Amino acid sequence: MPKLTIDGMEVTVEPGTSIIQAAEQLGIEIPRFCYHDKLSVPANCRMCLVEVEKSPKPVASCAMPCADGMNVFTKSAIAQKARNGVMEMLLVNHPLDCPICDQAGECDLQDQAVAYGFDRSRYNEEKRAVKDKELGPLVKTVMTRCIQCTRCVRFGEEIAGVNELGVIGRGEHLEIGTYVEQMATSELSGNLIDVCPVGALTSKPYAFTARPWELRRTESIDVLDAVGSNIRIDARGGEVLRILPRLNEDVNEEWISDKTRFAVDGLKNQRLDMPYVRHHGKLQPATWQLAFDAIAENIKGKKIGAIVGDLADCESIIALKDLMKALGSLNLECRQDAAQFDTSQPAGYLFNTTIAGIEKADAILLVGTNPRTEAALVNARIRKTWLANRIKIGVIGPQMDLNYPVKHLGAGPETLEELLNGKGAFADVLSKAKNPMIILGAGALKRADGMAIQALARKVAEKYNMVRDGWNGFNMLHIAASRVGALALGFVEGTPETWSKVNALYLLGADEIPIDKIDAKAFVIYQGHHGDKAAARADVILPGAAYTEKNATYVNLEGRPQTARQAVFPPLDAREDWKILRALSEVLGKTLSYDTLAQVRERLVKENALFGAIGVVQPAKWTSFGKEGKCDKSPFVLPVNNFYMTDPITRASKTMAECTAAFVMSPKKKAVAHG
Amino acid sequence: MKKAEAHIAKYPKGKQASAVMPLLDLAQTQHDGWIPEAAMEEIGRILDMPRIKVFEVATFYTMYNLQPKGEHHLQLCTTTPCWLSGSAEVVKACEKHLGIKMGETTADGLFSMSDVECLGACVNAPVIQHNGDDLYEDLTPKNVIEVLDGLKSGKKPKHGSQTGRTTSMGVKGATCLHELAEKAGVKKC
Repeated sequence: MPKLTIDGMEVTVEPGTSIIQAAEQLGIEIPRFCYHDKLSVPANCRMCLVEVEKSPKPVASCAMPCADGMNVFTKSAIAQKARNGVMEMLLVNHPLDCPICDQAGECDLQDQAVAYGFDRSRYNEEKRAVKDKELGPLVKTVMTRCIQCTRCVRFGEEIAGVNELGVIGRGEHLEIGTYVEQMATSELSGNLIDVCPVGALTSKPYAFTARPWELRRTESIDVLDAVGSNIRIDARGGEVLRILPRLNEDVNEEWISDKTRFAVDGLKNQRLDMPYVRHHGKLQPATWQLAFDAIAENIKGKKIGAIVGDLADCESIIALKDLMKALGSLNLECRQDAAQFDTSQPAGYLFNTTIAGIEKADAILLVGTNPRTEAALVNARIRKTWLANRIKIGVIGPQMDLNYPVKHLGAGPETLEELLNGKGAFADVLSKAKNPMIILGAGALKRADGMAIQALARKVAEKYNMVRDGWNGFNMLHIAASRVGALALGFVEGTPETWSKVNALYLLGADEIPIDKIDAKAFVIYQGHHGDKAAARADVILPGAAYTEKNATYVNLEGRPQTARQAVFPPLDAREDWKILRALSEVLGKTLSYDTLAQVRERLVKENALFGAIGVVQPAKWTSFGKEGKCDKSPFVLPVNNFYMTDPITRASKTMAECTAAFVMSPKKKAVAHG
Repeated sequence: MKKAEAHIAKYPKGKQASAVMPLLDLAQTQHDGWIPEAAMEEIGRILDMPRIKVFEVATFYTMYNLQPKGEHHLQLCTTTPCWLSGSAEVVKACEKHLGIKMGETTADGLFSMSDVECLGACVNAPVIQHNGDDLYEDLTPKNVIEVLDGLKSGKKPKHGSQTGRTTSMGVKGATCLHELAEKAGVKKC
């Protein structure tokens, strides 16, 4: 363990720690452009130069490992002068167009130029100009602003797994480019915007919208997939303008998917902002009282069922469950995709390994899932693990384009059966692996024999020693943000495909169910925030709040409860969802026992203890689950065809529609190599 | 492919990407002195590296041509020693004679001119490199025209010094060392 002194403070660090990291441990910030915690170290910007005693020249602190007895000065005259020189050179070709640059106000170059820049330029020659690149509908480029830090190139190679960006030319002509002009085809491409320290790569949909100092920041949770990415919502007035990632090493590190980042414009379109009641076959605007009265009148004596949609929060789920129980309903369902699996044991439906735990795995079996479209950040973690350890990954399901090499083992359940019997090359891989994992996706469960497949997967997990003390390699990959929370609250009762078996139906944001299977005479109540498929069928519409408009709890696929915070108010008459249910319960004469958010949360903890520890995953006990039986021979079918449109919010988003047109409808040839 | 494999075999297993430069060179010689996109893609495939990486290398080095060049690709050195010896006049003479500017190709596709840095033949400055191989040395605005006409007529003029000196012997013939040798009592050979 090297012990060194930085600016007169002693610190002991792990061997291999660079000076810049050691300084960070002491709270000393060293300026940098090319260095990024999550990327490799190229040491090409030279901004992080520091003085080291006995070293003849200043050293790049990002690339220099700490050695015993080093004496480092980060603020000495030599270091300062070196940085001044670097800054002056960087600004030689920088356009200094901050007033018309979207990065201004949150630009590393701007901030550091204030600290280290010269007050005038000594460069009287012509500046160079670089042609802008076309990177698709999400990332806007102004390449003249680029300082060639290569963070974007490394991000593409190391995190996103698309080798499309590179450093082209040399000397004065050096620039960042793509292979003969090609779009960035990655579901993580938006992170390029965060990674870029200057205004060369900025957000296209957000261009010229706002300045960072006008924005109100709210730390929250994303709900557009089941990962539960930690996000920051930036809003101005009543409008959410953009979404940025927030660091959480256990969940999303510091990345978010393009869907999470760019679907915000969907929050402004197609919104339900007042109650509606159907009169003579037509939906008419109404007041809350009228809507509630219509419900009270029409559900009397009917067999009622309730379905929880993919974006529902736990507070409204528990309120709906309590209300339904009070009404004597036995038909509760949260699996809109009609996936069949045993919901009684948490170990059977959680991502038990945890997302961070993937990094310890040395063999992964993907069953009926394409993590790239279903949970982009789980996929990024798998790629990270593959990149570090070249682990073996097998796939059972359709052929798909993943950004790491996989071995395609088969298309359906019989391949899983073969593995259970120890047949096939991948059986060898699994039995030799120390920490093998199986990831079971909706593609394998969205069928009549889902229970049997779940049991089969459990037996495979047990055979290959995937579950033992300190390691649980059995995982289910959910797509819906509400799913695990609803399962934890027991929102599954009665027979599957509830929607076709009742004559009164309460839909809590449920738009993915087959609407045409609902009984034509059934009375349908839709509570939600977007006028999507189900709202059109509804007899009463209750306008709810989207995820940016309420304080709510969501449980991600690992079983990690997290709190989303309200950034803006719901539009017009729309209200927070649990409050709507609470108000309705009073009209129906079954008043729920809670009046405040704190009381609802107490109720949540009473229902399931996991809600008592926000942000923490509680390991689930391993028990038997699933129902052994015969599996159908038909191949698995993936649940997500279009990564960019999976729910009412993304379907209402113009940006997501552009992405669909650019990447899904006419996909360009994708890069093949995985290097 | 055999030649490519020979190059790949020079590097340790798993480090086949190191062969990218010889392979690019091979592609260039086999393809009329320039490397098309398809060749770079193929090299990327052979070496199992992303094509953008091949593109990076190809754009970094000036000796890889990514556009077609004329039949006679003249690379005129304009670095200091050549410039001191009159390369600017040689360039002017060529431009005037061929009717093109530096970096262009003649309409008949016979000649291309490009600006290069030191070719390492400063003793015989100014020099022009022909098709990435032979050097024409000791050029003047007059004799360079003869070289150009020679190339145009299809007869390839002899490369090397155009003033007739042998390799890089002194311009005034062998001068040094003789006297010194005599002084030291070494017999003339």
